[in-house]
Amino acid sequence: MSIERQEIEKLATLSRIAISEDTITEVSQRLSSVLELVDQLQAVNTDGVEAMSHPMKATQRLREDEVSEINQRDAFLAIAPDTEEGLFLVPKVIE
Amino acid sequence: MSYSGWETVIGLEVHVQLATKTKIFSGASTSFGAEANTQACAIDLAMPGTLPVLNKQAVHYAVMFGLAIDAEIGKESAFERKNYFYPDSPKGYQTTQLEKPIVGRGNVEIKLADGSTKNVRIHHAHLEEDAGKSLHEGDFRHGVSGIDLNRAGTPLIEIVSEPDMSNAEEAIAFAKRLHSIVTSIGICDGEMSQGSMRFDVNVSVRPTGTTELGTRTETKNLNSYKFMEEAIAKEVERQIDLIEDGGTVKQETRLYNGDTKVARSMRSKEEANDYRYFPCPDLLPVIVSDETIEELRRNLPELPDARQARFIEQYGLSDYDAAVIGSDAAMAAYFEIAAEKSNNAKLTANWTMGELAARLNSQDLSIGKSPVSAEQLGELITRIADNSISGKMAKEVFEGMWAGEGSADEIIETRGLKQVSDSGALEKMVVEVLTANQAMVDDYINTDEAKRKKKLGGFMGKIMQASKGQANPQQVNQILAQKLNELL
Repeated sequence: MSIERQEIEKLATLSRIAISEDTITEVSQRLSSVLELVDQLQAVNTDGVEAMSHPMKATQRLREDEVSEINQRDAFLAIAPDTEEGLFLVPKVIE
Repeated sequence: MSYSGWETVIGLEVHVQLATKTKIFSGASTSFGAEANTQACAIDLAMPGTLPVLNKQAVHYAVMFGLAIDAEIGKESAFERKNYFYPDSPKGYQTTQLEKPIVGRGNVEIKLADGSTKNVRIHHAHLEEDAGKSLHEGDFRHGVSGIDLNRAGTPLIEIVSEPDMSNAEEAIAFAKRLHSIVTSIGICDGEMSQGSMRFDVNVSVRPTGTTELGTRTETKNLNSYKFMEEAIAKEVERQIDLIEDGGTVKQETRLYNGDTKVARSMRSKEEANDYRYFPCPDLLPVIVSDETIEELRRNLPELPDARQARFIEQYGLSDYDAAVIGSDAAMAAYFEIAAEKSNNAKLTANWTMGELAARLNSQDLSIGKSPVSAEQLGELITRIADNSISGKMAKEVFEGMWAGEGSADEIIETRGLKQVSDSGALEKMVVEVLTANQAMVDDYINTDEAKRKKKLGGFMGKIMQASKGQANPQQVNQILAQKLNELL
């Protein structure tokens, strides 16, 4: 399965990754080879095999519901590009 | 809805904030109203190198919901990443469940105004994290938004219904039923004004009698029943007008502003539905053992139906009273404490649904925030029931308690509101008033028997005045009738 230029552009937009014009062919080839591998995997007969949600043979440990974090706002705000009144500021977003 | 020839199909997605102390994947507090970003830790902020650790209580609460609606419980569930970019979601994805949700198919029965019931099927319910909040207004410099991540990572269950509702009444009955269930089993505080429950409404229309579903739109994030009703009415109208004018409904996400009553399409998001879900590699499959499920089932708090039945049985409440009080977990708890204290359930029910509910509504307070505690109301009702005060005085005492002037007995004492029920004293008062108003008495005697009753009010007024409103009116009525009778 090969991947079209249009799809690369759509993926780039969705992932917020800038792909320059001169690399687009290479990216397309690399992604296509990944998808070929997926095609190979999908060709395997998996009848009767339960879908696996994680490759590790272990289950999730659970945490008790106790507050363990302290307020470190000042430290986090200090490394943000722009802040005001305890808020992180970002370019205006409107839904 | 007055559009003949059309029927409406509604499905709901309901976000319920779980009443845990901490976030779903971090040990940061979830308490409401804290200063911005003081409850957002490194995990919530998606700092590099941090990993999620799942909150046991959130898992248990989700299972409890499943048990409450008789659903299949996902003994093995798993988390996925739903990828999208928005500044209130620092990770660039929402950790949620897609393929293996923790709660499978279930059922919720709703009761309608005409007394009929209807079953609404639940497709599934899954665990996920809430996002932070974006603030667009305020004093920020031009062109910026402020981000508060305190809410980021708050545990949610998203309950997804089948499209089984056919009008706003059913949708609201369903929403209220869910509110009643989640607050009764204690997994959500139910504070809708704080966003503890939020509703996404999927609406489509189709010609009456057809079975194929029309194209649906989703109106997101409604946080009151009133807004839900308005948004549904507007959307049904819009879709039918559109189709009747030869257009087609576009599948889209919409917003409804309850303050301005304006509905609009969310800004174009042509590709937004491509969330590129994939299994979250940071979280292992979640196993809930049969023992845990059974333990949660055994300890499941009373469900609304059972409580309503018990209120009828134990307190002798009417079906209506039991339904109103019994469907609201907080009101039910309040009522039980007050009724215990007053030993008069019927009067307690009346006051809880009447004076108290009205005052809470007028100030937009939940019953949990009532300035008059259940014990205090119980004490007040005790004094009404033992005839210490009249119903009218009780309202004054209630006002005093609301204003924080103290207990019922203290207010009765300081305001001098004690009702006089001593029949000797009352009799003396009646006789005095009759003697002082001989002309009225003569008039009464000379009036036709059929019209005499109307004259009683005048005497009552004078007696109540003489007693400064403290005479027990029922007793005065009796004594007055008896004394006047003797004069005839």
